Amino acid sequence: MIAKLQYQLKSQKVIVISSFILLGLFMITLFAPWLAPNDPIAVNLAHKLQQPSWDYPLGTDHLGRCTFSRILYGARISLGFAMLIFISALSIGLIIGIIAGYKGGWVDQLLMRVGDGLMAIPSLLLVIGFVGIWGAGLKQVILGLILVQWVYYARVIRGMVLSLKEQNYITAAKISGSSTWTIMKKHIIPNVIPSLAVMGTLEMGWAIMNLSSMSFLGLGVQPPTPEWGAMILEGKSYIRTNPALMLYPGLMIMIVVVTFNLLGEALAERYGVKSR
Amino acid sequence: MSLLQVKQVNLSFHSKRFFKGKDQPKVLKDISFDIQEGTCLGLIGTSGAGKSTLGRVILGIQRPDQGQVLFQGHDIYKADKHTRQKIRRDLQVVFQDSYSSVNPRMTAESIISEPLENYEKLTIEEQRRNVIELLERVGLSEKDLKKYPHQFSGGQLQRINIARAIALKPRLIVLDESVSSLDMVTQSLILQLLSDLKDDYGLAYLFITHDIKAAFSISDQIGMLEKGELLELYDSKDEFFASKHPVVKRLRDSVLSEHPRFRMIRTWENRV
Amino acid sequence: MESKERFILHVRDLHVEVRTKEGSFKLVEDINFGIKKGEILGLVGESGSGKTVTSMSILQLHDRKNIQVTGSITLHDRELNGLKNTEMRKIRGKDIAFIMQNPMNAFTPVFTIGHQFIETIQAHTSLNKKDARELAVDVMESVNLPEPEKLLKLYPFQLSGGMLQRVMIAMAACLKPSVIIADEPTTALDLHSQLLVLRLLEKIRLEHGTSILLISHDLGVISEMADHVIVMKHGKIVETANVLELFDNPQHEYTKKLLRTRPTLYSEKQPYTYTL
Repeated sequence: MIAKLQYQLKSQKVIVISSFILLGLFMITLFAPWLAPNDPIAVNLAHKLQQPSWDYPLGTDHLGRCTFSRILYGARISLGFAMLIFISALSIGLIIGIIAGYKGGWVDQLLMRVGDGLMAIPSLLLVIGFVGIWGAGLKQVILGLILVQWVYYARVIRGMVLSLKEQNYITAAKISGSSTWTIMKKHIIPNVIPSLAVMGTLEMGWAIMNLSSMSFLGLGVQPPTPEWGAMILEGKSYIRTNPALMLYPGLMIMIVVVTFNLLGEALAERYGVKSR
Repeated sequence: MSLLQVKQVNLSFHSKRFFKGKDQPKVLKDISFDIQEGTCLGLIGTSGAGKSTLGRVILGIQRPDQGQVLFQGHDIYKADKHTRQKIRRDLQVVFQDSYSSVNPRMTAESIISEPLENYEKLTIEEQRRNVIELLERVGLSEKDLKKYPHQFSGGQLQRINIARAIALKPRLIVLDESVSSLDMVTQSLILQLLSDLKDDYGLAYLFITHDIKAAFSISDQIGMLEKGELLELYDSKDEFFASKHPVVKRLRDSVLSEHPRFRMIRTWENRV
Repeated sequence: MESKERFILHVRDLHVEVRTKEGSFKLVEDINFGIKKGEILGLVGESGSGKTVTSMSILQLHDRKNIQVTGSITLHDRELNGLKNTEMRKIRGKDIAFIMQNPMNAFTPVFTIGHQFIETIQAHTSLNKKDARELAVDVMESVNLPEPEKLLKLYPFQLSGGMLQRVMIAMAACLKPSVIIADEPTTALDLHSQLLVLRLLEKIRLEHGTSILLISHDLGVISEMADHVIVMKHGKIVETANVLELFDNPQHEYTKKLLRTRPTLYSEKQPYTYTL
């Protein structure tokens, strides 16, 4: 009895702790303006490359900007927009996956071929393409990442819908007089959501990594906007003298991605859903 | 007018691959029969005889290549959407596998409420009372409202499937091997339930099975299905017993004894 | 007459317990029975009554880590309980054969019937492939299986359930075991196949004097085949009797219920009797 509880609690513990961490990060994102001691983009060359102090809790970067404040505001972009990418890709993927899976036939074929095409293009290339057209910027990166990511969700969901469709209870529902919409609402979507939740947490890590990487490559966020990936890029030049400039944003990315992954896997274990 | 009229139904399965002139095997050949209100036709056949396919054709979910299925006078494959929806409520089903017939994430209440929600505009109160009545009618209770499928045994789950099937007070229920997956004791209990419901509500059944004893316990008429053909149709059990048709004879002879004194495989002289 | 009265298979005081995180649970207890040469012992019970646990115990197929089997199980006076797996493997298939409920599950779908049949023979004898194949064909002919050469070349999915079951019985019989345990051999079959399978078992019993433990919840099967019957419920034997006694004079309430509630072809007023 105790052993069983302990077993359950372990994944439960992970879920609880990760959720707390993520909640904390979410709070940071929300309350950054109030939490940050300084203006993240205020340049103050006189104070450049300083060590941590009361005024600057984590020191300053090469332009005298407060690292701590930049981290806080950076969270808004790294986390916030990553979430946007994730939710958009998920929603598009969900809708298309369900339609393709349930309807089948030419609709399915068409949607899947389009998806195949998009998937064949590496995300980096697509973003570079957009950058080529519209110049570097956050919008281009976000768009590129969404366009590539939705296909993955659509495929997974389509697969689930395909096998769900054959279940006897779907036939039974039809015989009970349920319309296609009712069936989707009552049977398909509820059976798809739990897997989605798990997939989602794992994918968030992906979204953040990609967003930061693009910014690191200079394709996304442009200075002076603070963003973790961009901050690593900027700190790159000072790696020998002030490694902290790269360390803090890098550490933040790592914490977030690992937390999401742990959460995702703990959820998968707890609720018996396959995590990849 | 008969409740259900099946006329010259033919069906073969079409393979997607290109068959160079090869004839596709017919799953159903010229099937015709009627079912009257309040009566039960027991359709007996071996596995692969096309029984379940016929069930699906009658339920309106598998279109035949030729022939008609007339329910309450309407050709169900030619009817418009409105008529089809109307017919739906009088034509229900109970499948063989009780577990796959229900959504594992829904409570017993939601499962049974689904048909009610599709057709009736009841308040939550009224609907719940309805569902409780149905649960009690099939031998379960109010306690089972909020339970999930995995908390029920196969037999209990089948009762829930039956409750769902009778929720709209249909005229005909297709029982597709509905008791075949249950153990003997549960089988007889469920058959008893189905028989009672038939008497109480004047239900008609199409009872599809390979088990002659199960068919006999509930049917008024008996039909023999073999390799997609309806060999014989008997208006009473006595006729079935009297038949000289070889397939029927073979089936009759396959019924195991009910008392060792009448055993046929091991006769007492053979004892080692 | 001494040797004739001996039990070929003798189970005494069989207790089986399973250890879980929540504690120890009894699966079956106080199981006592014996089968003489050429006898058929019928075991009646619903799912969960412990019948499969009992047969698995005889075959020593339980997971020794979590499952504790106490008591005596002797075959030809040789103790099986606790025997090393290497020894048990020589006995399984050769001295005690097992026929399971769903014949589809007994065969690997990717190999032909012939392959599996010959493999089984070779595992227990020193015959080469050619001789093993001949033996297989012989046995199949002796049990009236049509066109054995052809059958051996087919894959499991190409045969009907009834046919597969008969092949499985042929396989079980060809090594001339002293005991056959048949666990619900006819449950998944239609009436005619059921008859053929039971006739086959009887043929084997007559020719080789095999003792059979026939497990079934179908009283018709018991009525046809058994000499003696044990009725199990909730892991215990609730009644032991000679088959005629059981049907004429059931003692236990449960047995009475079983006899009362089975579906019957006859009404009380007009019993149709069939004589061969």
